[in-house]
Amino acid sequence: MDMGKDLVAASATPLVLAILAEGDSYGYAIIKRVAELSGGHLQWTDGMLYPVLHRLERQGLVAAKWSASASGRRRKYYRITREGRAQLAAQRQQWQVVDGTLRGLWMQACPA
Amino acid sequence: MTALADQPLEEQIAQWREYLRRRQAFQGPDIEELEGHLRDQLTALTEAGLAGEEAFLIAVKRMGSLDALSREFAREHSDRLWKQLVIGPGAAEGPPSTRHTEMLVVLGLAVAAALAIKVPALFGLQPDRGAEMFYFRNGSLFVLPLLAVYFIWKRGSGMATALWLALPFAAAAVFANVFPFRAHGDTERLTALHLPIGLWLVIGVAYVAGPWFTSGRRMDFVRFSGELAIYYALMALGGGVLIAFTVMMFTSIGMNPERLIGGWLVPCGMVGAVIIGSWLVEAKQSVIENMAPVLTRLFTPLFTVLLLAFLGTMAWTGRPIDVKRELLIGFDLLLVLVVGLVLYAASARDPQAPPDLFDVLQLVLVTSALVVDGVALAAIAARISEFGFTPNRVAALGENLILLVNLTWTAWLYARFVRRRGSFAALERWQIAYLPVYAAWADLVVVLFPPLFGYR
Repeated sequence: MDMGKDLVAASATPLVLAILAEGDSYGYAIIKRVAELSGGHLQWTDGMLYPVLHRLERQGLVAAKWSASASGRRRKYYRITREGRAQLAAQRQQWQVVDGTLRGLWMQACPA
Repeated sequence: MTALADQPLEEQIAQWREYLRRRQAFQGPDIEELEGHLRDQLTALTEAGLAGEEAFLIAVKRMGSLDALSREFAREHSDRLWKQLVIGPGAAEGPPSTRHTEMLVVLGLAVAAALAIKVPALFGLQPDRGAEMFYFRNGSLFVLPLLAVYFIWKRGSGMATALWLALPFAAAAVFANVFPFRAHGDTERLTALHLPIGLWLVIGVAYVAGPWFTSGRRMDFVRFSGELAIYYALMALGGGVLIAFTVMMFTSIGMNPERLIGGWLVPCGMVGAVIIGSWLVEAKQSVIENMAPVLTRLFTPLFTVLLLAFLGTMAWTGRPIDVKRELLIGFDLLLVLVVGLVLYAASARDPQAPPDLFDVLQLVLVTSALVVDGVALAAIAARISEFGFTPNRVAALGENLILLVNLTWTAWLYARFVRRRGSFAALERWQIAYLPVYAAWADLVVVLFPPLFGYR
């Protein structure tokens, strides 16, 4: 399934924040988690995640810290902040409104 | 994630990293983060059974195209596209401790220069009480030795080099002060004007830190000189603003800051700025694009138009050059300017690149400058016996000839290059090889002219 670019972009923030709300993580693991949760339908270009993470960091929604990984290489771990959690809650409500509206429409049009 | 023992794969990763590094939008930590991602991906793919080569192709493909990626990074970090000059820790390469030491050394030297210029006042030599010519003659000696010390320290040149470099400064101090100059005479002024030119070559030797005639860094010294001049002009502008505010604020409380400004701010600022400016040029080498070549690109066409318009007007109206006393110096300055334009165009050029329109323009500029100067020289020569040989005129004439020789040969080399008969490197070599000639002439003026013309 080819997702529209705008939709992918719009869903990136809540997805990243929601995954980080589960626990601290790093870029590669976040991408893997997204693929896993979406059953492989939501494919990001891997590199594109990082500008998103950096934007969230600048906005103060996540905080980053370099620490050593098991292999000895440094890895940049991201953690959701208090503002991040608040933002996630707000986004969640918005998405639920969209989701609910669409669901209602489509249930009427073509009741599955 | 394990270290990938696959050697070719490591090379491919290194190459990919290098591609990222060349883009301004990425900085060190981003590259490290992205590389970590790439390696995680590679490990996962090889564990799934892919061979190294295939795994690399897929991992890089998933990462996204470099163009798209760097566009996204640039959008998020637009500040990085503006090269930043951060002074202090974190700015340049190298461990923080050496940067810190460098800052202390530079500040120390700048303060030393600022204090040195005030030392003669302790012995009653006040610039506003008849000693202004002393400061005029010796001005460069208060700061250039300290600048040489900076480069000796920076390049790690040994004590022997330092002693060798001290010799010309000592000689300069002798020649600036032993001659019984007649008060406010021409030769005294000539000494004051030519001494810094001669000493600037000594700074060049300290800068390249090695044998001058074989050093590949001579062009770097030319670049350094141009950038320093621009920085100095900018600092002078800032200093002017500082002075304006000093005057405004102190006058508002009924005090006259004239002595503070004339006695301390201006002289100390003038010498200190040379050291600070040099350090800035050194520190920001890779941070900011060079300004001198940009100005060269901007003004070469304009000066070419000016010279052509002048020649055209002269040919059209038939007006002869009205020979005045200071005319020769004016045309000297014109040639200096043209040499500067050629030099700084050369300093920013890739010697391997084929000739383009700008090179043709430079050739036109040099040729028209030669014609203009030729016409002016002919007019002056016709009347030089009438004026007599004063030291000023001999110095100006000598400088004119030196520049004329340079530009004639430059025009010849440029013409060969534009017609693809010669290389640009030959032209660059010529310009660099010619540098000591200016210093040699300046030394000649300092050493020989005063006794030759009876110190008048």
